[in-house]
Amino acid sequence: MRIVVLMKAVPDLVEEIELTPEGNDIDREFLKFVLNEWDDQALEEALLVKEASGGEVVAVGLAGDADIDQSLYTAVAKGADSAVKVIGEATQTHERAALLAAYLRENPADLVLTGVQAPDDLDGQLAPMLAAHLGLPHVSVVVAVAVGEGAVVVRQEFAGGRSQEVSVKTPAVIGVQAARQTPRYAPISRIRQVMQSGALPEVAVAAEASGSGLRVRRMYEPEKTSHAHMLTGSADEVAEKIIELIRARGLVKG
Amino acid sequence: MSNDVLVLAERVGKQITDSTYELLGKARELADAWGGRAEVALFGPSEGAEQLGGADAVICIDHPALSDYVPEAYETALLHVLTQRAPRLLLLSNATVGLDLGAALSVRWDAPLAAYAVDLAVDGDALVATTQILGGKILAEVELGGSRAIATVVGGSLPPMTPAGSAEVVTLAPPAELDSSRMSVLQVFEPSGGDVDITAADMLVSIGRGIGSQDNLELAEELAQALGAPVSASRPIIDAGWMPKTRQVGKSGLKVKPKAYLAFGISGAPEHLEGMRSAELIIACNTDAKAPIFDVAHYGTTVDLFDLMPALAEKVKG
Ligand SMILES: Cc1cc2nc3c(=O)[nH]c(=O)nc-3n(C[C@H](O)[C@H](O)[C@H](O)COP(=O)(O)OP(=O)(O)OC[C@H]3O[C@@H](n4cnc5c(N)ncnc54)[C@H](O)[C@@H]3O)c2cc1C
Ligand SMILES: Nc1ncnc2c1ncn2[C@@H]1O[C@H](COP(=O)(O)O)[C@@H](O)[C@H]1O
Repeated sequence: MRIVVLMKAVPDLVEEIELTPEGNDIDREFLKFVLNEWDDQALEEALLVKEASGGEVVAVGLAGDADIDQSLYTAVAKGADSAVKVIGEATQTHERAALLAAYLRENPADLVLTGVQAPDDLDGQLAPMLAAHLGLPHVSVVVAVAVGEGAVVVRQEFAGGRSQEVSVKTPAVIGVQAARQTPRYAPISRIRQVMQSGALPEVAVAAEASGSGLRVRRMYEPEKTSHAHMLTGSADEVAEKIIELIRARGLVKG
Repeated sequence: MSNDVLVLAERVGKQITDSTYELLGKARELADAWGGRAEVALFGPSEGAEQLGGADAVICIDHPALSDYVPEAYETALLHVLTQRAPRLLLLSNATVGLDLGAALSVRWDAPLAAYAVDLAVDGDALVATTQILGGKILAEVELGGSRAIATVVGGSLPPMTPAGSAEVVTLAPPAELDSSRMSVLQVFEPSGGDVDITAADMLVSIGRGIGSQDNLELAEELAQALGAPVSASRPIIDAGWMPKTRQVGKSGLKVKPKAYLAFGISGAPEHLEGMRSAELIIACNTDAKAPIFDVAHYGTTVDLFDLMPALAEKVKG
C-alpha cells in the first residue's frame, strides 16, 4: 500500500500577522512558517497505519512553500520512507489541488492523507478538492484509519461528540482531524542525519491552471467592537477582581 | 442560472439542526435581494420537510444510500440538485458535512467557494463574503465572481430563521449513481455519557494548549475543586489524551452556556468559540493580548496562567 501524506507550511499563528500595504493579503515576507498542525496529525496516522498494516509512506510538499524542507525532513526522521517536493507554488487551495492532483495522477497512491484543513485556506480544503480532481472517494474530519481488503475504515466526527465509522474503497483521500495518538517527536539529531543524507527530490508536473474564482477585496483584523475589558495588575490583584466578578453572580460562596 | 439560493438541510435524528435555520435565514435574505427563491435540499426520508417552512421549496431525494449521512452519496445527490435547480448560491455549514462537500463541489460544480464565511451580502452585482482565516485572527472580504458560488458558513455567525408556514415539496428521482457507492456507514456512535456533564455546569474552568503539559493539569484541577466547577478543555487537550472527549468544548465537542466560563491558555479559534460564545460571563487569561478569545470574553487578562491559577485557587480557599 502506497500512502501519500500531503504537507503544507502555514504561518505560525503565534507570530504577529501583518497585512500587505494593499491590504488584500497577509505579508508573508517576514512570517515564520510551520507545518500545518493537521498535516502533522495526518502524518502520524499514516505512520500508525504503516506500523499496523505495512506499506510505504511518502511525504509530499510543494517546492514553493516557504520552510517546507524542514517539515519533509522531519517526516522522514519520524518514519516516512521518502519525501518529495512537487515543483510549483500556490497560495490558494485550488491551485495547490491542481498541482498535487497532477502529481498523484502520475504517481498514484492507494491512500492519500492530508490535514482536514489549514488555517490559511481561504477557498476551501485540499482533501475534497483533490479527490474531485482525481475522481476518488473522500472523507473529512477523520480521527482514525484502519486498512482492510481493498478498503479503509475511517472514523468520522460530527458535532456534539457524535461520530460514525465509514468503509471507503481505496484509492481514497482522507482529511485527518486527529491521529489516534499525539504526533510523535523526532530528535533533532535524527532530523540532521536525514538532512545530511540527501536532498529532497523535486518532481515536475503538468498541471492545468486553476484559480479559486475569489477576489480578495480586503483583509483586516476583526474590529474590536466587543473587546474584553482587560484586568491589569499582579496575578494576585487580577485574581481578586475575577473572584469579585464571579462572586457577584453568586457563583462562589463567602 | 437562476437567482435562487439553495441550502443543504442537516438533521440529527429527526430534528433539523440549528445551523440549517441559520443558513435558511441568510438564503431568504439573499434570495429576496436577488428576486429569487430560497430552497432547501433534504435527503433521506422526507420527514422534516414540515420543519422547513420559510423556504420556498424543499427539494427531496430519498434513496437507501441517503438514510445515513454518507459523504459520497450526499455529494452525488447534492450535485444532482445543483444541476437540476441551478441555484446562484449554495450554502453549507462549515462543519463536517460542509467540510466534506463544499470544496469537492467547488471543483465538480465549477463554482468559487468562500470557506469559513461569517457573513454574506449582495453589493450591486457582486456577492461578497466575509470569511475568517488564521484561526480567526484575520477577516477577509472576498468577492465571488461568476454566476454561481458556494459558501460554507461558520455555525453561530448568523441569526437563525424561525420557520413559519409550509414550503412546497419537490421530490426528485434519485440519480442512478447512488446505486454504485464506494462508501458505506458501518456504525454510528452517539456521545457516551461522561463522569460529569459540562453542559449542565454553572461554571467551567476551561483550559487550552497554554497549559503546556499534562502534569500542569493539576493546577486546573485544584482551582476547579476550589470553585466547585468541572474542568473543560479545548480540542488539543483532548486529542493529546489528557482529558476525555466529554470535556471538549467547541464545534466538534459540546456547546456550553454556563453562567461563567473561565478560559486559561485558550486562543479562541473559531471552532472553540462556536462552543462557548454564549456563556453569560466569559473571563479569559491569555498571555497574547491579540488572542481572538478576547473578542468574545467580557473580561480578560494577559497575566500568566501559571501565576493566575494558583493565586485564584488560594484566594477561593481563603
Ligand atoms: C473540524 C475541526 C473541528 C474542531 N473542533 C474543535 C472543538 O470542538 N474545540 C476546540 O477547542 N477546537 C476545535 N478545533 C481546533 C481549533 O481549530 C484550534 O486548533 C483549537 O481550538 C486551539 O486550541 P487552544 O486554544 O487550546 O490552543 P492554541 O491555539 O495553541 O492556543 C494556546 C493559547 O495559550 C496561550 N498561552 C500560552 N502560554 C500561556 C500562559 N502561560 N498563560 C496564558 N496563556 C498562555 C497562547 O497565547 C495561545 O493563545 C477544531 C478544528 C477543526 C479543523
Ligand atoms: N437525513 C439527513 N439529512 C441531512 N444531514 C443528515 C441526515 N442524517 C444525518 N445527517 C448528518 O449526518 C450527521 C450524522 O448523523 P447521524 O447519522 O444521525 O448521527 C449529522 O451531523 C447530520 O449533519
